[in-house]
Formats: sequence, C-alpha cells, structure tokens
Amino acid sequence: MSEPLEQYSVGIEELARRLGLDYYPVDFELAPASLMTEIAVYGLPVRMPHWSFGVRYIHQLVRQSMGHSHIFEVMFPGDPCRAYLTDGNTLAENTLVTAHVLGHADFAKNNALFARFHEQAGGNIIEMAAAHAHGIQLAIDENGIERVEAVLDAALALESHIDLDQDLHRPLYPTRPEPRKEVTKGEFQQRFDRLPEDAAPAEEPAPEHPQRVAIPPHPEYDLLWFIAHYAPELEQWERDIFLAVRREAAYFYPVFACQIMNEGWASYWHARLLREADFLPQTLYLSAIKAHSDVVRPFAADEQSALAVNPYHLGFSMWERIVEKGGMDEARRIVRDEDDFGFVRNHLDRELAGKLNLFTYEAKSDGEIRVVTRDLDAIREAILAPKFNYGAPRIAATELRQDGTLELTHDHASDGRGLDPTRANRVLQYIRRVWRRPVRLHTVDSRGQPHELST
Amino acid sequence: MAEPGSPRPSRIAAETPWYELFSRGARDWLRHNQKVREAVRSKLPELLTGADLITRPENRTVLVPVRMLEHSRFRLLDAGEQTGAGQGKGEAGQVLRPGSEEGDRAPGGGGTQDGEISFVVELKVDEIVDWLWEELKLPDLKPKRSASLDDPDYVREGWDKRGAHSRLDRRRTVREAVKRRAIQEAPIAFTNDDLRFRQLVKRTTPALNAAVIFVLDASGSMQEAERKLAKTFFFFALQGIRRQYPKVDTVFVAHTVEAWEFPEEQFFQVAGGGGTVASSAFRLARNVFEQRYDPSRYNGYLFYASDGENASDDREAAASELAGLSGALNYAGYVQTDGTSYRPSETQMIELFADLQQKGMPVGAARLASMDDVWDAIRAFFRDQAEGP
Repeated sequence: MSEPLEQYSVGIEELARRLGLDYYPVDFELAPASLMTEIAVYGLPVRMPHWSFGVRYIHQLVRQSMGHSHIFEVMFPGDPCRAYLTDGNTLAENTLVTAHVLGHADFAKNNALFARFHEQAGGNIIEMAAAHAHGIQLAIDENGIERVEAVLDAALALESHIDLDQDLHRPLYPTRPEPRKEVTKGEFQQRFDRLPEDAAPAEEPAPEHPQRVAIPPHPEYDLLWFIAHYAPELEQWERDIFLAVRREAAYFYPVFACQIMNEGWASYWHARLLREADFLPQTLYLSAIKAHSDVVRPFAADEQSALAVNPYHLGFSMWERIVEKGGMDEARRIVRDEDDFGFVRNHLDRELAGKLNLFTYEAKSDGEIRVVTRDLDAIREAILAPKFNYGAPRIAATELRQDGTLELTHDHASDGRGLDPTRANRVLQYIRRVWRRPVRLHTVDSRGQPHELST
Repeated sequence: MAEPGSPRPSRIAAETPWYELFSRGARDWLRHNQKVREAVRSKLPELLTGADLITRPENRTVLVPVRMLEHSRFRLLDAGEQTGAGQGKGEAGQVLRPGSEEGDRAPGGGGTQDGEISFVVELKVDEIVDWLWEELKLPDLKPKRSASLDDPDYVREGWDKRGAHSRLDRRRTVREAVKRRAIQEAPIAFTNDDLRFRQLVKRTTPALNAAVIFVLDASGSMQEAERKLAKTFFFFALQGIRRQYPKVDTVFVAHTVEAWEFPEEQFFQVAGGGGTVASSAFRLARNVFEQRYDPSRYNGYLFYASDGENASDDREAAASELAGLSGALNYAGYVQTDGTSYRPSETQMIELFADLQQKGMPVGAARLASMDDVWDAIRAFFRDQAEGP
C-alpha cells in the first residue's frame, strides 16, 4: 500500500472509531485487476472449480472490455475482514474505497443476518472456501473430473435452494415421532392427571410396528441439505460437496439480502468520513467526491431515466434521510434489525420515493416499455421482487418414496406461475445423477394446469 | 529489484502472489470449452447434418457455431411482460421506449440481448471424420488388390555379374576382389569376375490414388432440400475416401438431358430445366475415366444422386453405360434423394442399381428422405466396400 494512502487510512480509521463505527479489523490488500475480475466472477478469491464459472468469466471480461464494469473494491466480512482494492485505483479512489470498506465492516459486524452467519461459520470465509476448493481438487484426483462435475452440476444448480431459517449445522429428522406429551401438558392437563386414578382413560397401546416418520416430515426447502443427507446412495465425498456449496450459499445470502442497506450504509459512511476528514488535501477530496458521484447516482449522466434502481444510490439516499430524521441511534437499530425487505418496506416513504422519481415499468415482448405507476407499495414490491427466496423459485422436497423416488413440489401458487420446463428438466437430470433414483417435480404449465416433470 | 540493504516495501510480497500462479477463470473456461468439444463430438452426426455447417475445403476445417453451455437452474416461466422498478422522469402510462415489429431488437439496442455470446468451434475435418468413423464404427476402405490395379515401379534388388556399366557397385566389387586376392598366391588387382552390378526388379505397389466422380441430377425436380441431402452425402463420402487415399481427384458432373462437368463451387448451384437422361452423365463419366484415370493406377468411385426419375426410353442406355463404367470403378453408389416429396417406392434408378447388384457388380443404392438417412447410407456404402477381397 502506498505511503500516503496508508497515512490517510490511519486517519480515516481514527475518525471512524470516533464517529462510532464498530467493526472487526480490516486487512487491506492491493490486488491486480485480474484477481478483482475473478472475485467478481466467483464471489470469492478462491472457489471450487466449475465450468459454469468459466462462462461467467468470459461474460465478465466482455463487460469489462466494453467499459460496463469497473471494480473498485471487494470486502469479505469476517474477523478480520479482508478487503481487496484494485491496484489501478487512483489515490483519491482508494481513499474513498477505504472509507467505504469501513462502512461495510461496521454493517457486517452489527447486522443480525451477517452476525448469525459469522457466529455459525466462524469469521474466515476466504479460508473456508479455499478449503472447500482444496477438498474438491482432492475429490477430482481421486474420482475423476467427470464424477465430481456431476455432483457440482447438481449442487451449484441448487445453490439458492437452502432454508435460511435453519441453522448451518442442522440435525437429521428425528427417526420416530417426538414424544410430545411432556412438553404439551398444560396446567389443566397436569391437574387432570392428578385426579383419582379410575377417571383416567386407558392409554392407547403403542402400535406394534413403531410408526415410521415420513421423510421429509414437512415440505423441505433446504434441498442441498436434504439431498446431502437423504440421497439413497450418496458417497461421503459427494455429501461433502453438497454441504460445501450450502455453506458458501449461506455466506452469500446476507450479502444478497442486504445489498441495498449494505451498499447504502457504506456509501453513507464514505461520504461522511471524507467530508469530515479535514486532514485530506482539498484536491484529493474533490477527486474522491467525483468518484463518489460516478458510483452513487441513479443513472448514467447522459440518461433521463433507468430501468433499474441503483442500490448504492437508493440505499445512500435512504440512510441520509433516516439519519436526518431519526438520528444515528435509530439508523444503527435499523442496521441491526432489518434486511432489504424490512428496510424498503418500512423506511422507503412516499416523500423519498417521489424525490427519487421511482416508478414501476412494464416491458412487453415487442420491446415496448411503459411506466406503470408511481404507487409506493408497487414500487417497494418491484424493488424487492427479485430478492424473494434468494431469487429462486420455491421448490420443496415433499416425499421420499419407498422405492427411493424423490418427489419435488413447486410452490407455484406463491411464485405466481410455473417453471421453465427446459431448464427444470435439465436440473432434474443433474439431480438424478446424484440421487440415482427417479426424481419427479410437480408444477404447473403455461396454462396453469398441473404438470409433472420426471427423469 | 530492491537494492541489498534497502528497506523492502511494506505490503508487496517477495514471491509471486498466489493468485498470479494461475487463473481460475481461465481454467474453468478451458474446461467449458473441453465440454463443448465433447458435446460437439457426441452430437456430430446431428450437428453436421444441420444447416450451420460451413466448410472451408482449402484448409480442411469445419466451423461449427455453438452457444456457450448453460448451467441450468430452476427458473420461472417467462411472463408475457417483464416488470421492474426504475428511476427517472415520466408519468404513469408514458412509453419510455416504443415497441418494434421485430420484437425485442429495438433500434440501437445493439443486439446485446441477454448478453448471449456465441462462438465458433473450428474442427479439423480429418479429426471429425476420425470421430465419425469411431462413432459409426465404420471400417476402412480397401483399395482393390487385383493385378490390374497395381502400380508398377522399379526398385533395386540383388546383384549380378553382368550389367550396365552405370549400375556397377564399386564397393561390392572391391569386396569381391579382396576376398579373391586373399586366397590367390599372386593376385591381380581386378578380374572381370569381381564385377558386381546392381539389379533392378519390377515391383508392384498398390495404387493409392483415387478418382471420385459425383453426378448430380440437376433437373427441375431436384429442389433445395434434395440438393442439400445430396451435398451432405457427397461431402462425407468424399471425406471417407480421403481418409483412405493420399491423393484424391474429384470430378463434378451435373446433368439434365445432357451432362456437363462443373467446378466444385458451381456444382451445387447448377439448376437446369427439362427432362432427365441419366445415360448422358454416365457416358461423360466414362469418358473422364478413360481419358484421365487409368484403372491400373486409380481407384475409381462414382456417386450419383437423383430423385429417381429417368426418361423411360433411357433405361437401357443408362444400364449399359453404367455396366460399362463399373469395370473402371471400385464402387458406384446411388442415392435417391426423396426429400419431402412423395416418390413411388420403386423408381427406375433404384431398380437399375438393384439389377446390377444382383449381377455381382460393386454397386449399391440408398434412399435419403432426411438427414438421418445420410448416415445409414454412408455406413452401408463403407460396409459394402470393406467386405471386398
């Protein structure tokens, strides 16, 4: 790290602590653009190999060569946090980015979703992912690329299908029905039990064959976990791959579900820290603010509108308003308690939506794009729609049949429509190769009629 | 390079950073491409019969356009219209971008629709043909081994005491002289008996040249679909022959009531009107063989594609021309390109080839109704050929 940057970052950290930012220490590292590109593709500096990342890599290179994507920094929460700054950044940009990263670090330590993952998985995602990658490399050496790839095809296709309400380490289903009597006895029942003996009804004799619990006992949305533990013939190394993908998916979820809040919070703090850092030269401050307004803006300078809402700009505007109206304590409470769903629904108000010119639009198949409404609820839901259920259709494992057939059921009622049959069929084929028994999926077709896919 | 003794920069590691040792993105991209090639290979017969085949005979490669593989995930059906949140000026109901008749390809859109990148895999024709032969389990062709097909050549073999002076083997001669002097009491330097001359022997090598004549019925009844079937069949028949013979000459003949020879580039564009007189083409083919391709030096092949129709008064003439021609040929193959149109099951040409085959001539016939049949025809033809002596 260059000397002036080191000097500025010390000053900025001091200021941040003074202003109440609370974070695990951050290890900064300058990294070449090539590594930043890979991080953008894989989400992590080292991650398991899979050909699908190769496709994303080429897309990313194309985007970058067209100037559509410039990466300033990537921050990995943990204890310590790890931040990579692109070594082509200017000094002003890197000063800004340092402040931005501190905002992320504060958010990651204090937000409940981030804190929960941190607690369950420990604070070193980079090493965890590298260990996964290493384990998978060993599996490749042992079992060959074809077999490992078949497992990764299935596991990565189901990456978003985890149940976020469940712990990272969750126990198997109980093998027999829970003895519920003890827990459910209320006061009345207890007094009833103490009544003279002859009034008590004979207890039902236990069935001769202890009743088997259906598997799964309830629709199971944690597909990675379910397949890892209940696939009829999964080998240990295959199970490890499923669980590795599940751990990484659990890591990515808070980043995904708090993007608006998190980027907004980091942008709020980089703006504020730089504004209050009186030790920065004026010219550097001006260049940094220029970089800020290139990133934190609703749409490109030569446009009148955008068919997307920039999370940096939306989050930044919302936090400014929250701090202005409710003070920093209120803002910190929101950081702790909310994800984007609560943030947008509770804190994006009519006045701000009007000020930001938010709208919902509709794009027809002939290419016509029309503003639909400026109704606040519609705007909130349109912003949040891509975030539901980790951005994936709701699909549950609903039955494991005697012959090993896996039944999957798509909750089409809550998703509003059926599944793309071509892709669904391909995913079923991926699953089939690791499940090694028939797999069936119930959904609806384009006319809303029940439709069953099977392999 | 840091001077000895000078302080090292604080954050720059001395050794190459781990992430520069190799590119994970490039590794996975290469694996993707390997999978594409495997996919191309396993679907080769379908792919190559598809319309997107571009051949570049000059460097003998085939360009197969492929899309990147998609790693699928569950996705909802496309709704008729996409909705989303946006930001900027505009009243409810205002059109931000007008629809266009071409659908999503709005003017100025630049064709970056969903970022799809397709690329072209370049495959060597030889490699493809090798794959295909493996895939279709085809045997190699056998050149005819009869004496008439042998290509005589003189090779040195052995020595003799008499011969032309130019073929005197000095080394051998001196050796003979040395042996003789060793046992004689008063040897003289050389005697006539010491002389050794190299001998030439007429040795025959199998002819590894092939001449292939493609004959196409260019009458009005051959539509685009039929021509394409014929072209695909011709292409792969030729590849199979090229696999076997180092030197292959091709001749392209198209006919209606008359027959003409064409250069390859024009051959498939030829369209004529009027009737079909197949004997004209066979006669031309016979002339070509007689004038250019000595049967003792060339393996001859003829492939004929037509829709099966032939002028009814030409039947005898066609049969006798073909019978005469078959002496010069290893094999004559006929494909009837039915395409999409209806044909009676027994056309004149099919019958004609069947008759010749019954008489023991090396001919075969197949019907091509769709691209799938091309492989059956290719397989049948190469099987026939391999069963030769």
